[in-house]
Amino acid sequence: MKLKLHVWRQNGQNDKGKLETYDAPNVSPDQSFLEMLDDVNLDLARTGRDIIAFDHDCREGICGMCSQVINGVPHGGQDRTTVCQLHMRKFKDGDEIFIEPWKARAFPVIKDLVVDRNGLEKIMQAGGYTSCHTGGVPDGNALPIGNPVAEYSMDAAECIGCGACVASCPNSSAMLYTGAKVAQLAVLPQGKVEAQQRVLAMTEAAKENGFGNCSNHYECQASCPKGINVKFIAKLNREYMKALL
Amino acid sequence: MQLTQSSVGRKIIMAVTGLVLISFVCVHLLGNSSMFFGADAINAYAQKLHSLGPFVWVFRLVMLAAFAIHLVFGIQLTLENRAATPETNVQVKRLKTGFGAETMIVSGGVLFFFVVYHILHFTARVTNPEIYVPLGDAGMVDVYFMVVNGFRSALPVIVYVAGMIFLFLHVSHGFQSLFQTLGLSNDKSLPVMGTFGKLVGFVLLLGYIAIPLSIVFGYIKL
Amino acid sequence: MILDGKCPTGPIETSWDRHRFESKLVNPSNKRKYKVLCVGTGLAGGAAAASLGELGYNVHAFCYQDSARRAHSIAAQGGINAAKNYPNDGDSIYRLFYDTIKGGDFRAREADVWRLSQVSNNIIDQCVAQGVPFARDYAGYLDNRSFGGAQVSRTFFARGQTGQQLLLGAYSALSRQVKAGTVTLHERREMLDLVMVDGVAKGITCRNMVTGEIESHWGDAVILATGGYVNVFYLSTNAMGCSVTAAWKAARKGAYMANPCYTQIHPTCIPQSGEHQSKLTLMSESLRNDGRCWVPKKAEDCEKPAADIAENDRDYYLERKYPSFGNLAPRDIASRAAKEQCDDERGVGPGKRGVYLDFADSIKRLGEDTIAGRYGNLFEMYEKITDEDGYKQPMRIYPAPHYAMGGLWVDYNCMSNVPGLFVLGEANFSVHGANRLGASALMQGLADGYFVIPYTIANYLVTVKPGEVKDDHAAFKESADEVKADIDKLLSINGTKTPSEFHRELGTIMWEKVGMARSEESLKEALELIPALREEFWKNVKVVGTNEQFNQELENAGRLADFFEFAEILTKDALNREESCGGHFRTEHQTDDGEAMRNDEDFCYVAAWEFKGTGVEPELHKEPLKFDNVKLAVRSYK
Repeated sequence: MKLKLHVWRQNGQNDKGKLETYDAPNVSPDQSFLEMLDDVNLDLARTGRDIIAFDHDCREGICGMCSQVINGVPHGGQDRTTVCQLHMRKFKDGDEIFIEPWKARAFPVIKDLVVDRNGLEKIMQAGGYTSCHTGGVPDGNALPIGNPVAEYSMDAAECIGCGACVASCPNSSAMLYTGAKVAQLAVLPQGKVEAQQRVLAMTEAAKENGFGNCSNHYECQASCPKGINVKFIAKLNREYMKALL
Repeated sequence: MQLTQSSVGRKIIMAVTGLVLISFVCVHLLGNSSMFFGADAINAYAQKLHSLGPFVWVFRLVMLAAFAIHLVFGIQLTLENRAATPETNVQVKRLKTGFGAETMIVSGGVLFFFVVYHILHFTARVTNPEIYVPLGDAGMVDVYFMVVNGFRSALPVIVYVAGMIFLFLHVSHGFQSLFQTLGLSNDKSLPVMGTFGKLVGFVLLLGYIAIPLSIVFGYIKL
Repeated sequence: MILDGKCPTGPIETSWDRHRFESKLVNPSNKRKYKVLCVGTGLAGGAAAASLGELGYNVHAFCYQDSARRAHSIAAQGGINAAKNYPNDGDSIYRLFYDTIKGGDFRAREADVWRLSQVSNNIIDQCVAQGVPFARDYAGYLDNRSFGGAQVSRTFFARGQTGQQLLLGAYSALSRQVKAGTVTLHERREMLDLVMVDGVAKGITCRNMVTGEIESHWGDAVILATGGYVNVFYLSTNAMGCSVTAAWKAARKGAYMANPCYTQIHPTCIPQSGEHQSKLTLMSESLRNDGRCWVPKKAEDCEKPAADIAENDRDYYLERKYPSFGNLAPRDIASRAAKEQCDDERGVGPGKRGVYLDFADSIKRLGEDTIAGRYGNLFEMYEKITDEDGYKQPMRIYPAPHYAMGGLWVDYNCMSNVPGLFVLGEANFSVHGANRLGASALMQGLADGYFVIPYTIANYLVTVKPGEVKDDHAAFKESADEVKADIDKLLSINGTKTPSEFHRELGTIMWEKVGMARSEESLKEALELIPALREEFWKNVKVVGTNEQFNQELENAGRLADFFEFAEILTKDALNREESCGGHFRTEHQTDDGEAMRNDEDFCYVAAWEFKGTGVEPELHKEPLKFDNVKLAVRSYK
């Protein structure tokens, strides 16, 4: 198939950036979206033009590196699918595709479709852990954890930290990302100990690093490639209230 | 400090004040519905409220505080959220959120002006002093007369119907939102509450506009 | 030269405990004076950086991704082994040790493998304490499954995302140390040189991938935990950014590259769909627990839909060849068997490079819900990529390069032959021998990072004065100048072929000639082709853009340049090793029924190669392998 691409080009944080149009003349439906972009880049490189920069790594939907807003939706809006797992058979011959970076104050553009997601790191560093030491911990079976609790925790832990929740949020809030980590640890006995400091510190870090406030649009869940549920934000809110009381 | 400055704290304040406001709006509608049972019903209801004396003022102050807090934090949070998203993509497609959720600040703003008008209209006796006639002693007015005459002209009717449409928009997002914020929702209850919130908004819309429209169409008359 | 792994002698059961006791300690108040550089933040690097930071060392950690959480350890699906024996099915440290030695086809060091088996239990406890949500049974205890052909259930798992959860555990420990100020993270940095002062590793030179700045970092010790090199095949299950660069830069500075020919080709990957393919996707080997591998008996049936091929016309080749292990035969064996069928013109799917993995029988026996419960995410992934429904028609799979057992040579302390240079995880060669068993990579990464390096690094550190050499030393400037010169050269060639085109060509050579089955002839051909392509690369590569920007073409070109040199050493090692063992299969050395034939007489050693210059014959050093606790035997899975 033949496609027309409108790609955001921006050379660094201080550049204003704009959409440029490229043709993808020979796209196979079995290609992944990133492989389609590889081909476009190959053509650009051969003709000595600057290639389109985009983040990607594992290309199997788990590392969370890929980050593109496709036709207005982070990761392209296919259910539980990252950009790298999005395949061209979901598009039609002649389609025009808009490809843009995550846009949020907390995610300054590095180049083209590549953004700086360091704010998410800062949230984790504020408290996204249990303060256990290496060694000196009890046997894995010393604390029985019911299957439903373990499953709930795992549901939250599936977050890949890509930042689509922030990119899709009208407020650029990172509450789903934060909530998933808070909820994962808050239900486990080993995480409960620090639950109060954790939720306060992580939400504060989100604010300090330029993320907006959650106002319950639920766009985050809709665009999350792992389908992380907004019930974890409700859990975060509960934990927050517990911490305040 | 945490409560009034943090992201989640202020969200909780929004939910609690929202809950107070929506509870009032529901009770207020129930009281107002006495209009459909004739002049004696609504006037008796007004008499009852009046007899509470100083509690009326306590109540009014609480409502005013809730309203002001909701308003101030709503504006503050919205400004912060706008600042967190200085630029949007050229193409933006929303998957889940709705018109009501995206326009909370607008509907909230409109409701602010509506409430001001409403108070000037029916409480402070500023816009239409001609609709007040005394009833009995102790400074009571004939509420039935006041309401029916209050909707004799087109302007208040239009303002009230429009205001209630914005109330619907505001409540359709706000109602389920407060449950989520207070941590009272989960994946099963959330969609139910979403629908229920819209229903609540719709009932409020119908209930409130029924009074002026009944007057306009002559179902309620002097 | 004969290399010495410095393994403890005496009874193996107490070897690690004795070594720990005999190891030196760094005075607690001196620890913060030592600066340790840790390159790579996967399971090994992340765990090492976090643990060393916690001990009080001044740690600087580097990764090429934008976050330490994205290292490719994250993609591991199946699980992690430990000798907990929770299911009471006869497991023990000794059995895990034995299985690993045997699985590695008797080409690993006993002492290292023993230590790995011993600390495996601590890893599970550690991860649980971090909040890793392992699968639990309804009583609340940790669940286990049998994996990768093991006869006991010793694999712990977190759905199909065990690697992700373990890495996030290590990453959370690392984040905690960053907050505590003991670890400084440097993201989007690529290590481009090892800085040596008087034959000792004293720092690294790296490129800031955002600004292009060439940075010098000094350290009293350098830890490489930079993963494996199978992207030398171009198409592999590794992440796009995985490369041999960091390890190779160290090799260029004198670190020996050990057993590079041991590469694991994983049997259950989704076959290539066309020329455009940029990487291959692995599906967990656990699929083979319930799926049956088959191909049509007759070549003319290959074009038909699977459903139209009668039961009698199907060849369940693994069950036929290995009746006792059947579909659960180890990876190297299963991969080779798939290749044999396809070489026999009985492959299926595009290009006829694929075999069926059929769940029909299991679905009939257990119901679709049970199968979906076990492998739902894999079926989903398969459908996303191939647009086929694995419940309704058999999946198609084909082997793909997956893991590197070889790597930089290290001694028992995980230190390479270069003093001060430590190598952990997949980047070293130590425990998997010639073939890695399923669910052992995660175990090794975390063992090295949490429980080995924190003890062994002290043995070295006590011998150096902290901060003796800093980045004002001339060697740093020299190294930075070299790096800049290399970059300038790449940018100035301005030829006609892009790095990805060259990489594809190199990959084709490697896959065809140095892939699953190697012969003297194919290897010698490769040794003609690789240097020729390398020379063409340096004359004709086109790298657009500049150094002073975010430039992915430049990154790729640099990595590829190292792959070229490394590919040659890999091939030489394969040519030198005149035997078949584990993932290394030489067609000249097979039994009458096509099984690998080891030559313990002549090749029971670790081959460690010393780089002598581009295009110059590398020097082979040998470390003989001694087996005192396990008897060398023919590995049979029949």
